[in-house]
Amino acid sequence: MDAFASLGQLARALNHGDFSSVELAQEHLARIEASNPTLNSFITVSAEHALTQAAAADERIAAGTAGPLTGLPLAHKDIFCTDGIRTSCGSRMLDNWIAPYDATLVARLNDAGMVTLGKTNMDEFAMGSSNENSYYGPVLNPWDPTRVPGGSSGGSAAALAAGLVPIATGTDTGGSIRQPAAFCGVCGLKPSYGRVSRYGMVAFASSLDAGGPLARDVADLARLMPLIAGFDPRDSTSSEQPVDRLEALALNLDESAAMLPPGLTIGLPEEYFADLDGALAVCLDQARATLEKLGARCVDVSLPHTAAAIPTYYVIASAEASTNLSRYDGARFGHRCAHPTNLDDLYQRSRSEGFGREVKRRILTGTYTLSVGYYDAYYVKAQRVRRLIRDDFLRVFEDVDLLLAPTAPNPAFPLDQLLADPIRMYQQDAFTVPASLAGIPALAVPCGMIDGLPVGLQLMGPHFSEVELLEAGMAFQTETDWHQQHPEATG
Amino acid sequence: MAAHQTNLMTIHQDDIAKLCRLAQIALDDGERAATNADLDKMIQMIDVLQSIDTDGVEPLAHPLDAAQRLRADEITELVDRDRYQASAPAVQDGLYLVPRVL
Repeated sequence: MDAFASLGQLARALNHGDFSSVELAQEHLARIEASNPTLNSFITVSAEHALTQAAAADERIAAGTAGPLTGLPLAHKDIFCTDGIRTSCGSRMLDNWIAPYDATLVARLNDAGMVTLGKTNMDEFAMGSSNENSYYGPVLNPWDPTRVPGGSSGGSAAALAAGLVPIATGTDTGGSIRQPAAFCGVCGLKPSYGRVSRYGMVAFASSLDAGGPLARDVADLARLMPLIAGFDPRDSTSSEQPVDRLEALALNLDESAAMLPPGLTIGLPEEYFADLDGALAVCLDQARATLEKLGARCVDVSLPHTAAAIPTYYVIASAEASTNLSRYDGARFGHRCAHPTNLDDLYQRSRSEGFGREVKRRILTGTYTLSVGYYDAYYVKAQRVRRLIRDDFLRVFEDVDLLLAPTAPNPAFPLDQLLADPIRMYQQDAFTVPASLAGIPALAVPCGMIDGLPVGLQLMGPHFSEVELLEAGMAFQTETDWHQQHPEATG
Repeated sequence: MAAHQTNLMTIHQDDIAKLCRLAQIALDDGERAATNADLDKMIQMIDVLQSIDTDGVEPLAHPLDAAQRLRADEITELVDRDRYQASAPAVQDGLYLVPRVL
C-alpha cells in the first residue's frame, strides 16, 4: 500500500477488503520502527495497544457497525492523555507518567474505532518552534535531516511528511500546529478557541490552547474534525457552537469537486506581507492567483496591531504557563528529586531537574509579569492589547470572508541555528500568534517550495468558520499539487 | 536604579533570586547568568507594549469574551483514589508523602 495514501483512500480500501485494519497497523508500525532511530518523530510507539484496537476494528467492520474512520491508524501528540500509555509532554517531568484517563479527543477517536500507533515528539510542554526543546531529543525534518520540523507539534508533522501515519493530532497555542505543518509540507488546522475539548490535554496557556488535526491534505482534516469538535462538559471553556456543518461536510466529502463558495472575498493583510522574503512572496502571489482563478476576489486589508502580537503573546502565554505548571511539585505525580531534605527542597529540586531551560525561562517570565508592581504594566496591559488585536480581526471580517497570509516567515531552518537566541526563535511565530490571541480558526496548507523545502500559506477566518476554511483549502488543492509532493528519503 | 522606578527594562540579580523563590525553581550559578541575560532580552521585547495606546480598552481574558459556565453542584464522578495515586512518587494509606514540615 502507498505510504502517502490519504485517509480517504485508506478508508475506501479498508472497507473494500483490500487489507485488514490489523495489516494496516502492522505496516505503519514497521515503517515507524524503521525510521524512528533517525527521525525521532515518536516518543512512544504503542504497538500492542494498536494491534488490539485494530483487531476490534476489524470485528466492527465485519459486523457492519463501523464508522467512516474505524480501523484507520493515527498518532497523538504526546500532550494528550492516553489511559495506560505514557504521556510525557516532551518533558523529563512526566517521563514516568501514565495518565489514568483518556483526553476527550482521544476517547472520541477511540470510540470512532481509530487505532493509536503511538505518541509523537514535541517541544517540552509545547513551548517551542523547532522541536529542539524535547527531553527526548530533536525531531529531524524528513525533507532535510539537518533542519528542524518546526514546533511544537513537530513529531506529528514529520511523521506525516515521512509517510509514517495518515493523520495525527496536535495542539496550537501560538502556531504549534500550523508552523510545523508548513515546515514539513503538510496541512494543519487550528480550530476556534473552545471548538475542541481541552480536557486531558496537558495545559500550557489555557486561554490560547487549541487541539486540532494535521494531515497530508485538507480533505483529511475535514474527515477528522467532526469527530473531535463539539461541546464537552468537562472543559469549562468548551463551546456549545453546533458541529452539524462540520458533520455534513465530512459526510458529503468529494474533494476532487471542491469549489470556493461563490462570491468569496479574501483579504491580504499588508502587515504580513510588508517585509516578506522574496521567494516566499512569490509563492504567496501564486497562491493568490490560484484562489482568484477559483473565483475569489482578493483585496488588501490592514490589521494595524499585528506587530504587537508577539510581545502580547509572550506575556499572556508565559503568565498562564507559570500558573499551570505550578502543579508539578514532585509531591503528587511526575518527577521527584532524590532524598529531599524539606518541602521547599522537594519542590525546587524536583522542578529544577524536571523542567528544561525553555520551560524555566517561560515560568520565570510569567512569574515576573504576574508579580506585584508589574502585573498591571505587563499582564493587564497585554490583555488590553489582546483586545485591540482581536478587534482588528472582527473589523476586517466585516468586509472580507477569509484572510490569506504566510504561515511562517521562512522555510525550515537548520538545527541549532536559533536555539541560543530565544527572541529570534519567538519571531518564528509572528504570523501565527495573532489568530491564537483572537481565538479564530486558521488553516496551514502547502503552497510552494523554496530550495527543496516546503512553505505554507495560512487562511484565517471568523470564529467558528472551520467549514469555510476547509472548503477553501480543498478547492485550493484541486488546483495545486504541493501536498502531493513528498520527501525522497524518510530516514 | 531599581527596575520599577524609571523603566522596566533591566532585571537584577536580586530580582532573579526572588523570582526563583516565587516559582520554586533553583538555578545554579551558570544557569543564573544565562537566565539573567535571557530575561533581560524578554523584558526588552515585551516592553514594546508600553508604547501602545490602550486608554479606554478593557482587558480581554477570553478570546470570545465568554463567561465561565456554571453547573449544578452535584456529584457526577467518583474518584478512584488508588488508581489515581498509582503514579504518585510516594503514598501511604491514601496520603501523599512529603518531607516532614513540622
